[in-house]
Order: sequence, then structure tokens, then C-alpha cells
Amino acid sequence: MIGGLFIYNHKGEVLISRVYRDDIGSQAADSAVFSSSGPFLGERLGGVVRRNAVDAFRVNVIHARQQVRSPVTNIARTSFFHVKRSNIWLAAVTKQNVNAAMVFEFLYKMCDVMAAYFGKISEENIKNNFVLIYELLDEILDFGYPQNSETGALKTFITQQGIKSQTKEEQSQITSQVTGQIGWRREGIKYRRNELFLDVLESVNLLMSPQGQVLSAHVSGRVVMKSYLSGMPECKFGMNDKIVIEKQGKGTADETSKSGKQSIAIDDCTFHQCVRLSKFDSERSISFIPPDGEFELMRYRTTKDIILPFRVIPLVREVGRTKLEVKVVIKSNFKPSLLAQKIEVRIPTPLNTSGVQVICMKGKAKYKASENAIVWKIKRMAGMKESQISAEIELLPTNDKKKWARPPISMNFEVPFAPSGLKVRYLKVFEPKLNYSDHDVIKWVRYIGRSGIYETRC
Amino acid sequence: MTDPKYFTTNKKREIFELKAELNNEKKEKRKEAGKKVIAAMTVGKDVSSLFPDVVNCMQTDNLELKKLVYHYLMNYDCEDPDPLIRALTVRTMGCIRVDKITEYLCEPLCKCLKDEDPYVWKTAAVCVAKLHDINAQMVEDQGFLDSLRDFIADSNPMVVANAIVALSEISESHQNSNLLDLNSQNINKLLTALNECTEWGQIFILDYDREAQSICEQVTPRLSHANSEVVLSFLELLPKDSDYYNMLLKKLAPPLVTLLSGEPEVQYITLRNINLIVQIRPETLKQEIKAFFVKCNDPIYVKLEKLDIMIRLASQVLAELKEYATEGDVDFVCKAVRAIGQCAIKVEQSAECCTKVNYVVQEAIVVIRDIFRKYPNKYESIIATLCGNLDSLDEPDARAATIWIVGECAERIDNADELLESFLEGFHDESTQVQLTLLTAIVKLFLKKPSETQELVPLTTRYSDNSDLRDRSYIYRCLLSTDPVTAKEIVLSEKPLISEETDLIEPTLLDELICHIGSLASVYHKPPNAFVEGSHGIHRKHLPIHHGSTDAGDSPVGTTTAMNLEQPQVKPSQGDLLGDLLNLDLSSPVNAPQVSSMQMGAVDLQGGGLESLLVGQSFIPSSVPATFAPSPGPAVVSSGPNDLFEFSTGIGMAPGGYVAPKAVWLPAVKAKGLEISGTFTHLQALQHMTDFAIQFNKNSFGVIPSTPLAIHTPLMPNQSIDVSLPLNTVGPVMKMEPLNNLQGAVKNNLDVFYFSWLIPLNVLFVEDGKMEHQVFLATSKDIPNENELQFQVKECHFNADTVSSKFQNNNVYTIAKRNVEGQDMLYQSLKLTNGIWILAELRIQPGNPNYTLSLKCRAPEVSQYIYQVYNSVLKN
Repeated sequence: MIGGLFIYNHKGEVLISRVYRDDIGSQAADSAVFSSSGPFLGERLGGVVRRNAVDAFRVNVIHARQQVRSPVTNIARTSFFHVKRSNIWLAAVTKQNVNAAMVFEFLYKMCDVMAAYFGKISEENIKNNFVLIYELLDEILDFGYPQNSETGALKTFITQQGIKSQTKEEQSQITSQVTGQIGWRREGIKYRRNELFLDVLESVNLLMSPQGQVLSAHVSGRVVMKSYLSGMPECKFGMNDKIVIEKQGKGTADETSKSGKQSIAIDDCTFHQCVRLSKFDSERSISFIPPDGEFELMRYRTTKDIILPFRVIPLVREVGRTKLEVKVVIKSNFKPSLLAQKIEVRIPTPLNTSGVQVICMKGKAKYKASENAIVWKIKRMAGMKESQISAEIELLPTNDKKKWARPPISMNFEVPFAPSGLKVRYLKVFEPKLNYSDHDVIKWVRYIGRSGIYETRC
Repeated sequence: MTDPKYFTTNKKREIFELKAELNNEKKEKRKEAGKKVIAAMTVGKDVSSLFPDVVNCMQTDNLELKKLVYHYLMNYDCEDPDPLIRALTVRTMGCIRVDKITEYLCEPLCKCLKDEDPYVWKTAAVCVAKLHDINAQMVEDQGFLDSLRDFIADSNPMVVANAIVALSEISESHQNSNLLDLNSQNINKLLTALNECTEWGQIFILDYDREAQSICEQVTPRLSHANSEVVLSFLELLPKDSDYYNMLLKKLAPPLVTLLSGEPEVQYITLRNINLIVQIRPETLKQEIKAFFVKCNDPIYVKLEKLDIMIRLASQVLAELKEYATEGDVDFVCKAVRAIGQCAIKVEQSAECCTKVNYVVQEAIVVIRDIFRKYPNKYESIIATLCGNLDSLDEPDARAATIWIVGECAERIDNADELLESFLEGFHDESTQVQLTLLTAIVKLFLKKPSETQELVPLTTRYSDNSDLRDRSYIYRCLLSTDPVTAKEIVLSEKPLISEETDLIEPTLLDELICHIGSLASVYHKPPNAFVEGSHGIHRKHLPIHHGSTDAGDSPVGTTTAMNLEQPQVKPSQGDLLGDLLNLDLSSPVNAPQVSSMQMGAVDLQGGGLESLLVGQSFIPSSVPATFAPSPGPAVVSSGPNDLFEFSTGIGMAPGGYVAPKAVWLPAVKAKGLEISGTFTHLQALQHMTDFAIQFNKNSFGVIPSTPLAIHTPLMPNQSIDVSLPLNTVGPVMKMEPLNNLQGAVKNNLDVFYFSWLIPLNVLFVEDGKMEHQVFLATSKDIPNENELQFQVKECHFNADTVSSKFQNNNVYTIAKRNVEGQDMLYQSLKLTNGIWILAELRIQPGNPNYTLSLKCRAPEVSQYIYQVYNSVLKN
């Protein structure tokens, strides 16, 4: 399991050091002569070990001359897992053959928890909150085993004010929440107005060849629900899942053809704890008792029949050795009545760019030397439109023989529909014990499609 | 503290007095007071108001007082009404890893295990594991293990998860590794908890259950709740080698691909694991190849991994690879171009397309050479383009590859002689690799177009200081002058086919890694014991070689030592020599040249009894080309054929059962390592043997096989096969006794067989073992005299120069020679693969056949093995 956790600043100075196991310290006991062979063993540790484990990571990873070639590094039989957040390094250390994905998943979680407590993970914030961080580390890792790391639960008893005196009832409520005994919903919730919000949030990813061929595309989506419902409501969620539609189609063939509903093929999905998996497995129906407030009902991924909201058509021409002409056309590909927002096109420029002239029909375009790119921003754009930018890039002559790698043109945007084609068909609420019915619940559904990594090679 | 008098004081002002005493300046007084407090606490008095004063006393170096304070703390905190504090206490106390404190931990831990709050339980469960680490006996005695087992049935999922964690941690160091009987009842309890607990808890439970494959079916829906690590934990659990496994893998493919859109680090872990999976079941992810396309902002480690997997899934990726060849990162580009080559080798129709790629010419040419070897006479159209590029090449690899191509296709290139001549101009500045290739290419050219090449042949290599080069040109000259027809047969012989897959993981290792999927081992692609300390956390699941070491000990050590002593000068094996001459890498997993079977072994085995080891039988393998023998005596040829040693390992000789395969192991020098070929002679086995694999135990010099054992066809009864196994010295290191002992195991469809043999140390002498004169003197002074060992080499009749040249061939270099009072003194140095230097002084007295050898080394334990080498070299 995790033997220790260190946090470094960009210089490699240790900000947080928490050791859970002594073995981080123990030395290899073989004779000195035979230990030096093999690149894998790396340099030996000796002396005061904790300190040395800490140093080993700084020397071999943070200060390494070469770019990091793996997020897992083995130095002197000690494995270091690291993630980087802005210029802060988090490193988990172990001497055992641990579940590698779990360690990273834990580091991400640790970042989330810290961010939830004090915002951005920066050197200053960490220094200001180091007592809190130690307290958190004490709670979420015991003997190197991750314990409950849900921010909500943690915040009930790890506060920066110290624990207030609580009644016995409150205490047991905290402990059972922390240990996951209550689950996700308590009894006796009451709302005057029963209301629920469904957000379908998707991020669409694309890699396209210069000729407009889709090399790979996928949508990863989430259904986020905010529920303000009284009692213990039983919910049933329905969407245009291909398997469900086809199943029903067998019974009433005319209905599906009549409605002409498109269905989508979901490659993979995962659900919130509250969803009854056995039912999903047998009937593919999604039924659950929702937690109160906001939660993520499901995550999914699709790769087929994706609606690509934008098409990027690049044209790059090299005019002699000191000039490039770039023309990029973007076309919006959705219903004219819908509006895309926050559109940004990023056109990379060579490192030896000396000057850029840009002309664009819509929005604003700027050459950002520090980012080596032309950034073109358009606030709004309706469907089935197109717009164009042309730029002349002047280059300094170089004797660098290596050709410019021509990184792809990337795009950011937000559209008010789900690029996967997912549609919420229904969300039914049953609460037999209380006197409200499905019709009394006010339901809101919203679709937001955002760009993930949306790139076109040029 | 058990002193009864403390229990008798019973006054009203007591608390007040105690307070004063606790703050007394004298240590003794404070200790007394501490005892009184504990006593008062024990009889049930409330001394909690003394808390600050007691804590104050913690600042002491008096162990007894310190213990008292801890005891007080635990007692009070463990009775705190707040469960969070009770848990905190037990958690923190568990972290004070001092043996003497543990007795104080016991009682509060007992209490906590019987607490009313689940939060305290789950903390106490982990605390049991902590305590076990410090004092295992106590955990046993107190029955804490039973408490843990009881927790499995708890209704609180986290308590169950932590109890499982504690049990699995304890079982790693416990003599009874099966602490929890996984009967259906327990499994059901675990499954219930699995449904409710946190993601971490799910992993703990899944990791623990990895043996209980029956639960698979019931756990499958879990994939839909899961996070990445849960998915990978799940993989580990799958039953191996069954249809069901395949079906489940198919189900797993989508979640795995989903992981690839996660954070880069998890992507990396996933990719490393997928890399293993596609090696056993490529079809699982065939459909998903697009998920592995590289994104511009992927970190380099993700890019490289993706590329690796794409090669394995190959076929539709060429265009994509072409894109990568224009990327920025040099490593990545090179790998991409290599990948294109590998694709060409794998998928025939793509070869044509590949040969047109000339983005990164240098790497490309190396690749093209491989393509030529796979599809000779098919894509010669590229040659013209190639020849146009000659000038721009500066990498030796690329130059050598070009020369090879020119030599190989000499008959189709009109100006081949001119091209080669252009290389000859700068001959002495070239690297050895290029020189050797050029030499061979010229000979090829000569054999193909004798008329044009006359002037090229009188080569200048005679004055080269590289012995390989001299030797090779010497052989060629001899060959060409005596028998050009045979020369043609040898030099232009059919080359073995190049293999398709590269970088495949050795099957046994792959098996083991598959069992460790999700863990660090699967990320490093190394077995856990390669990076995990000693006993900690080693679950060897296949080929338990470390048990083998005891088995292998059965083979009489005395005889194997004898073998070592008789070890003569070792030269490249015949296959190796041939391969070297033709610039072919025979050591790659191609079909090794088939050396005739060794029936001799069978006879000996029967004659000499099963236990006897037959040693030092040297003979010439019959498959050595006959032309070598008559060639007029160049040293390299006459000693080329190797002496073969054979020994039966004496394992698996169950009376009346089948007879174990007999191994013949042949050590030989390769460019950088050691080569051992083995023969199996099968006597009475009724079954044929398949699925051979070999593995070595950790050894002193890190010798490991660099490729899997290449026996692809089943071995029929009474058939024998010769296989050579290239080795390298980058494996895990562990000091062995004797030092050069190498333990190994061969697995086949029948069983695993263990054996051990001794590495003759001279194969580990490296080429750069020549020390500078000054350094030699300094080092010699530097090494303490007690490290110097003296030996006698008896019955030798050479003069100093002969000796010196004899050793030179074995990478033992003479630094200086002196004549002192009629005696010749030779000062020599050599270096082992692990960087150990050995300094030797050899004293030769005229007329005295006994030489005196003094060896100096920082690691004197190697000296006697060096002596054995000296002995055998001089005796030969």
C-alpha cells in the first residue's frame, strides 16, 4: 500500500511529508558490490532514509534533465507515483506491488479534496493550510489504505474551526455517514415544491485528417441531476438507448417507426451508487432513489453517429522559406435555430514566427506569440453558417533543419444540444407514501455539448 | 507500577497533591506521581482533570514515565464520548511503532474492537494490521484475528473492507496465508459489502478475492459502477484460459477504452495493462484501435505506449503512423518509423506503401533492410532512391543497413562497386559495425560479380586494431583463396526469415504479469520481485523458481564445479559465428539453425546411471560446415566449434515414471553476453512436449534470457532440438553461493524442471577491461592487501607472450610485463559485466611449470572463480 505521500513545489522543496510505513526507510541489505548493476536499481539510498526517499524523487524526477518518461518511477526499489497540478508535484511512494491505478485515482481524489477545501492547489495555499492537509491525510489514508474520501462526508467533521461540541446523535450521524452506512439519502426530507433538474453534459472529441476524414471521435457525457423531492421517491430514468428502443420495438413496431425516434448506441456507461445495477443488467432500466441535491447519475461514452457541431477546413501554404499562408474555414453543422457559444479556434504557428497579419470575417483574431498560436474568438454562431479566417505568417530564417511539426488546429465551443444524440425520454417519480404524483413534479432538462479535444490536422 | 502501595492511598486532597507532584522538578517525583495517577485510574477514580499535567510529562526521556503517560492517554481518549476521538487515539497509537509500547496498545484496541461505533471499528481493524507488523505474536494471542473475521459479517461496508485489508496484509507475512476461508457464506457477505462500500473498499475486496473466481459472474455488473482502478482490479480476478474469460474480456473492452479518456497517468497505467492483454488476446481490442490514436497533447509516455499497442493491433494504422513520423519528439519519431517497418513485416500488402515513406531516412533505411529480408526481390525499386541518399547518412546503423542492402542486391545495382568504393575511402573512420558490414558486402559483391571487384578485395583490414575485423577478413581471404564455390555457398546462403513480432514479452513472464494485472508489476512489465523488497508482498503465481533452488540443489555440486574447471577457452558458438559472418542477427527469435541431435547424451545417460553427470565431453557438432575444417588453421576457426557439456539435473526422476528431459547447456561468448544452448533428449516419455519456456532465478550477475526460449514445434519422443538462448546481464541481482551459480527452470506442458549450473566467469569479462597503466598502479595501491589472494597454476609450459595473447582473446588484458630476477611478471586487468575490476599478477619462472597468480579485487569473493578461469585457459 501507499507508504508515504509528499508534496513538492516546483523547486523540489518539500511542502508536505507524511509517512505511513517504515519500509519507505528500509534499505536493501545486499552487499555493496552487487547492488550497482542494472539501470533499474538506480542509485542507492542510505542514511536517514525518509529524507533520502524525499530527495531521490527530487533528484531523479523533478530535477531530471530529460522530460518525464513515465508517471511511475522506480528508484532503489521504491516506486514513486506522481501527478502535477500547476507547479505542484504530488508524489505517493511505495515499496510494494500495489494497485497502480488505485494510487493515481487516490492522488486525483486528494487533489479534489484539497481543492474543495481551499481552492486552487498552489504553493501558497498549501503552506497556509498545511495543518489542515495533515489532518486530511490522517483521515483519508490509514496505514496507507485509502478511507472515505468524499468531500461532503469529510467536511462534516474536518473543519478548520475544530470540532464543535456535538450531541451524541450528531456524532453517530457523522460516523455512519463517513463509514457509508446511511447511504445517500436520509429519511424525512420535505419540499413544498417538488422539483428536479437534469443536465446532460457532453464533451465531444474529434481528431480529423486535413482531408476531412474522421480519424477518431467520441463523446463522453454525464447526466447530472439536482433533485428537490420529498420523502423516498423512486425514480425511473429513460433515454433513447438503442438496446432499449429495439427491445420495445419488437413489441410495438409501428410506434418506433411512427415516432421516428433516433436511438443511440452507448459503448460504455457507469452509474451512481444509487442505481440498481441488477435491474440495469437484466432490463436495462435505470431505477433509483436519488440523493438529495446534486449528484452525477451516470457517465457514458459513445463513438457512433456523433453529430460533429463544427467542421474545420484548413489550408496551409508555404510561400518560400520565410512565409506561410493559412486559411481556415469553419462550418457549423446543426439546426439553424440553435446558437453555438464561446467559439475559439486555435491555429498553431511555427516557433520562428516574426509577424502575423490576420483577417477574419467574424469575431476577433489575435496572434499570441507566447502561445505560438493565432487565437480566433467568436461569441456566437448559428447553425449551418460558415466563417473564415486568413493569415499571413512571416518567418525568421533559421538553419534548424528539423521541419515544423505542424500541430493540429484545435477548437473550443459550447452548443445547446447533445452531440451524441442522447435524448431524455422520461424521468418518472413515484412516491407512494406521500401525496404527490409524477405530474406534480416540476422537471427541467437541459443539454450542453462542449468541445473536449477537438482537433483537425493541417 | 504494580506496586500495591499505590492502590492504597485514598485521600480527598489526592488530586490536588498529584497535580503538584506531576509538576515537580525532580524526575523521580514525577514518575512516582505518574504511577499514582495510573493506579487511581485503574481503581476507577476520575483523574481526567489531570490531563494537561500528565501530557506535560510526556516531555521526558524516562521510558517508564513515558509509558505511563501513553497508558493514561489511551485510557482516557479511548473512553472519550466522541467516537472520532476514540478512533483517532487507536489510529495514532498504532503508528507509534515501538515494540515496548505495544503492550499498552492491546487493551484499548480490545475495547475499540468491541466499541459501539462503526467508525471506531473500521479504524481498529487497520490497527490490528499495524500491530501485527510490530508484534505478530500478540495479535495471535489476543485473538484479534477472530475479531477481524467477525467483522466480515458486519453490516457496515467500510468495516468489512478494512477488515479485508487487514487480513490480506497480515496473510502476507503469516505462515497460514489463507486466513479467511472463502466459503460461499463469506463470499456472499463480501458481495453484499461490495455493493455498498466506497470505491476503495471495492478494490480491497476485489483484490482479496482474486482467487475466488466463482464470484466473477456476480461481480460483473460492478463494472457499471466502477472507477478505473476497480475495472483493473476486476481484470485480475478473471479466470484464465477459458471461453468465459474471453467473453468477459470482451465486456471489459469498453470500460478499458473509457479509461483512455481519463487523466494521463491512469491512461498510462491502462495502456501498459492493455499492452499485456493484447499479447494474449489481440482480438479483444481489435475493434477499438482508434482509441489508441495519438493526440497532439498526450504526454510522451502515453504516446509511446499507444504506438506500441497500435503495432500489436496493426493493419489499419499505416496512414496514422505516417503522420507521426513528422512529429517533434525524436524518440517518438524513430519509434514511429520503426513501427511502420514492423507493420510492413506483419501485413504483406502494406509493405509497398511502407517503402515509400522516407521522412526520416536514417531510421527508414534500417527498416527497409528488415523489409528486404522479409520480402526479398519484391521492392527493389526503392534501391535507386536509396542510393541517392547515401551521402546524407551519418548514423552507423543507417550506413550499415545501406551497405548491407547494396551487398545483398549487388547484382541489380549497376554501380554497386562504385558505391562501395565510396564508403571505402573513409574506411578507417567508420565504426566497427560499418566496417564489418562493408567487408561482407564487398565479399558478396565479389562473389556475384567477380570481374568488377578485383581491385576492392585486397583489403586494408590487416592493419586494423580490431581483432574481429582482422579475423573476419582473414577467414574471407582463406575462403576465397581455397574454395570460392563453398565460399559462395556460405556467404550467399539462404537467410533465416525475420520474425514478425518484436518486443514480445517472454511467455512465462507474460503469464505471471497477467496474474498481476492492475498492479505495479503490470506497469513496469517486470515480475514483482524485481522491484519489491525481499519477502514483502511477493506473490509469485507461476513458475515458483525460488522453490526450485532447493530442488536444483539435488544435482551434485561437486560435479558441476568440475565442469567449470574443465571449461576450455570459449569462443563464439557455431551458429553465432555464421550469423556474425553474414551480418544476421540469429539471436533474434528466428528459427535457430538446427544442429544435429545429440544421441550421445542418451547413451551416456543410460550407461552412467541417472545421477552421474557427464562432464567435459567435447566434440564438434556435426553440422559445422565441412569447409571450415580444412581451411588452413586460422585460430578462430579451429577453436570455433564448441565444447559441449552436459549434465542431467536429476530432477523428476520418479522411479518407474517417465524420465526427465536432459539438458545440455553450452555457454559461449557473444558480443555482449553469454549464450547457452540446450538440448533435450527425451527417452521414454510417452507424450510429446510443447510450450517450452525458461526462466532464471535472480543471480549474482543479473543474467537473464533476453528472448523467450524459441522452441515452436512440439518435441516428439526421441527427438532432440538445439536451441540457443541469448542472454543479457540486466536482470535482477542477488548474491548466490557459489557466486557463479545460476539457477533456472524449464517449463513445458508436462511440468516444471529445475536445474542449476555454474557460469564460467570468463564469459562475463567485458571488452573494455583494459586499464590504463597509471590507473592500474593507483587501483592496486588503493585495494587493501588483505584482498589479495594467491593461487598456484600447475603444469603450464608457455612463455609470457603466449600467455599474454591467450588471455587477450579472453578479454584479459596485459598492462605491463617485467622481468625481475629471471622471472617474468605479467600484470593484467579484466572487468566483469557488473563493473568489478580484477587486477592480476602472474609470475612465470623459467623451468618451473607452476605459475604463481596473485589476484587483487575490491570483492575478493570473485577471486577464486577468476583463478578457475586462469587455470582452464592455461591448461588448454
